[in-house]
Amino acid sequence: MISARSLAAVGLTLALAGAGVAVAQSTGAPPAEGSTSTVDHTKLEALQKAFATGPEVTAACLSCHTEASDQVKQSVHWTWDYEHPDTAQDLGKNNVINSYCVGVAANEPRCTSCHVGYGWTDMASPPPMEANAVDCLVCHDKSDTYFKIPAGAGKPFGKEVKEGAVTNTGKPAKPVDLTLAAQSVGLPDRDNCGNCHFYGGGGDNVKHGDLSSVLHNPDESIDVHMAEDGLNFTCSTCHVSNEHQWHGSRYNVTAKDTEGAPPPGQRHDVSTCESCHDTEPHDSLTVIGFKLNSHRDKIACQTCHIPTYAKGGVPTKTVWDWSTAGRMSDEGKPYKEAKYESASGKKKPTYVTQKGDFEWGEDLQPEYYWFDGQIQYANTDKEVVPGEIMLVNTISGSQEDDTARVWPFKVMRGKQPYDTERNRLLYPHLFGPGSETAYWGKWDWDTSFKAGAAAAGTEYSGSYDFVSTEMFWPITHMVAPAKDAVNCEECHKKDGRLANIAGIHIPGANPMGPGGKLGALILALTLAGILFHGLARLFGRNSRKEQ
Amino acid sequence: MIQRTVQIFPPFERFYHWAQVVLVILMTYTGFRLYGIHEWMAYDQAVLWHTYSALLLMLLWVFAIFWHLTTGTWRHYVPTTDGLIHVMRFYSFGIFKGEDHPYRKVYWRKHNPLQSMAYLALKVLVFPLIWITGIAYLTYRLWEPAAGSGFWIEIVGNLHVLAAFGILSFIVMHLYLMTTGHSIWHHVKPMFTGYDEVELTPAEEAYLEQDEPGRIKPAG
Repeated sequence: MISARSLAAVGLTLALAGAGVAVAQSTGAPPAEGSTSTVDHTKLEALQKAFATGPEVTAACLSCHTEASDQVKQSVHWTWDYEHPDTAQDLGKNNVINSYCVGVAANEPRCTSCHVGYGWTDMASPPPMEANAVDCLVCHDKSDTYFKIPAGAGKPFGKEVKEGAVTNTGKPAKPVDLTLAAQSVGLPDRDNCGNCHFYGGGGDNVKHGDLSSVLHNPDESIDVHMAEDGLNFTCSTCHVSNEHQWHGSRYNVTAKDTEGAPPPGQRHDVSTCESCHDTEPHDSLTVIGFKLNSHRDKIACQTCHIPTYAKGGVPTKTVWDWSTAGRMSDEGKPYKEAKYESASGKKKPTYVTQKGDFEWGEDLQPEYYWFDGQIQYANTDKEVVPGEIMLVNTISGSQEDDTARVWPFKVMRGKQPYDTERNRLLYPHLFGPGSETAYWGKWDWDTSFKAGAAAAGTEYSGSYDFVSTEMFWPITHMVAPAKDAVNCEECHKKDGRLANIAGIHIPGANPMGPGGKLGALILALTLAGILFHGLARLFGRNSRKEQ
Repeated sequence: MIQRTVQIFPPFERFYHWAQVVLVILMTYTGFRLYGIHEWMAYDQAVLWHTYSALLLMLLWVFAIFWHLTTGTWRHYVPTTDGLIHVMRFYSFGIFKGEDHPYRKVYWRKHNPLQSMAYLALKVLVFPLIWITGIAYLTYRLWEPAAGSGFWIEIVGNLHVLAAFGILSFIVMHLYLMTTGHSIWHHVKPMFTGYDEVELTPAEEAYLEQDEPGRIKPAG
């Protein structure tokens, strides 16, 4: 039999051993900061040279990463071409018409400055074939010094930079040291993706509304996931990739993820909220959690958790009216007006001769629509009905549709050119210094549309006008901390946030519906009866007293 | 018949009544908040209070139904036309002339015929309506995938509110009728003390004196 004393001795020994382990752990070195890569690129022989051009750097990368170029060339970042698996529509930047600068065709050197390659100067042909035409640095430079020339068809700035030159992020351009950039490479961070995606549409947050320069270094109130002082997610934390293909497509959105979070080692094919938070993200054992979980069947996470977008003092463009472009100053020169001042004190253009009238907005409340993840683009397939609002893209979904939920959107509004004979949207040729057809310089829409149609492979009848357009942009970034989520009463009231949504029952949104009206009538009749009865009793009593 | 002071509302019935008063007031207040009639409470708080009081009220009803059935109290609510005309005539005419109430409470009939019919309608029509629609509302997620659920939830919501107004109308009427006695206290007191004056047959009186002396106050 084991004595009590020996048991105590064993216990004490175990306790001391445990304490010893704890001490040993706490004196261990802290984990190293920064890269966890097994390669230090500054030590690689292939990178110990003065590179003259981007493609030279890429060639050096490919000497080790032999398949990288082929992988990139399969991605939309390279092809700018996407055939929608369900609608078979030909999408991608190569094809779509948007309501900003309208289309890429004919404007290549400007637009393709954000192409993940070098020297794509003509959209009529595919991007350059050479393996080293892929731009590795734009995604993998970690020195934050690598920037492309805004109208250079993907070419970076060189050793010398012209006075006053700016990058596409709007900051003064600096000479690029390709060797430094090449030796700094690592996995992409928010700056790599952001240097293009935050500036889509020609400037900071112009296009998306929920992707702006604020996300380079956001705090928690701006984005709870990307907060520098918090989780500090990079884009690819959610937009997981495999062989240089990214998940989280805007053309084919997973509007409702019913699979939830995967077990370890499985399912990294979506960038939905549910792929981390699972399908029952609120505590089901509380009444409110149970109710919130039942919301997610029909309400996208983003609808409650992104109360406002264009946060942090960077506005987004909300209206772009091309029809007023071309006005000249008194001296007969193109001019700019900047009458919008952002919360951070930055002036934003409200009229530009090249582009027409703009409106801006920040801390905007999204608009809400049913969305099954499918976006159809009008491009040049859809007929323009004069006098009606032309939807540049259309979103689908309804209450009956099990894949659809109510999603938040930025709705971009404006006026853009269309062919009044063919009733189709037009591709303008805008950019091209020295060109005979570019609108920015020649100020002649007619020749601009002719050149645009030729470049895009469509037609132009010779007569044009401007039609009011709307374009839908799903809002999914700038997720607020839970405490800032949309309050119940912002929808559960008359004319609340979801007042335009058909097919869902929102308690509180329709005070005094039929049941309430009938009930109130019953109550009113009861009260009237009581009043009548009570008065009759009073009269009866008074008359008895008199007797 | 002899008039004696007898405990007509046993402790459970009084507890059931007053607990129901508190819960129904809470549910009406929070329910009308949820429906959008007032905004004097945060919506999520109203959801919490409404749901928890509903769960408690349902629990209370389970006990009350059991109690009604096992004690035979349900018999008080069997509809009868016996004396109904007199009561209706009293409330329509006699009350204005200062007549006395024609109904005398008896041991196994503590409500007048009109009163018991009103309570019966409340218990078997309005309460189940709010109960069933409320549970359907609360568990919408379970039947939401069914075809036409978007239509039926509207029906459920409207019936729920209709029933709520029905209960509120009942409460208003109930309170008004308390003013029709000699004093309001005269009507309210039995629901606090349990005791009221009822007509007893000699046999009932003898039984109570003999076997349940605690339920009958000394004659005097």
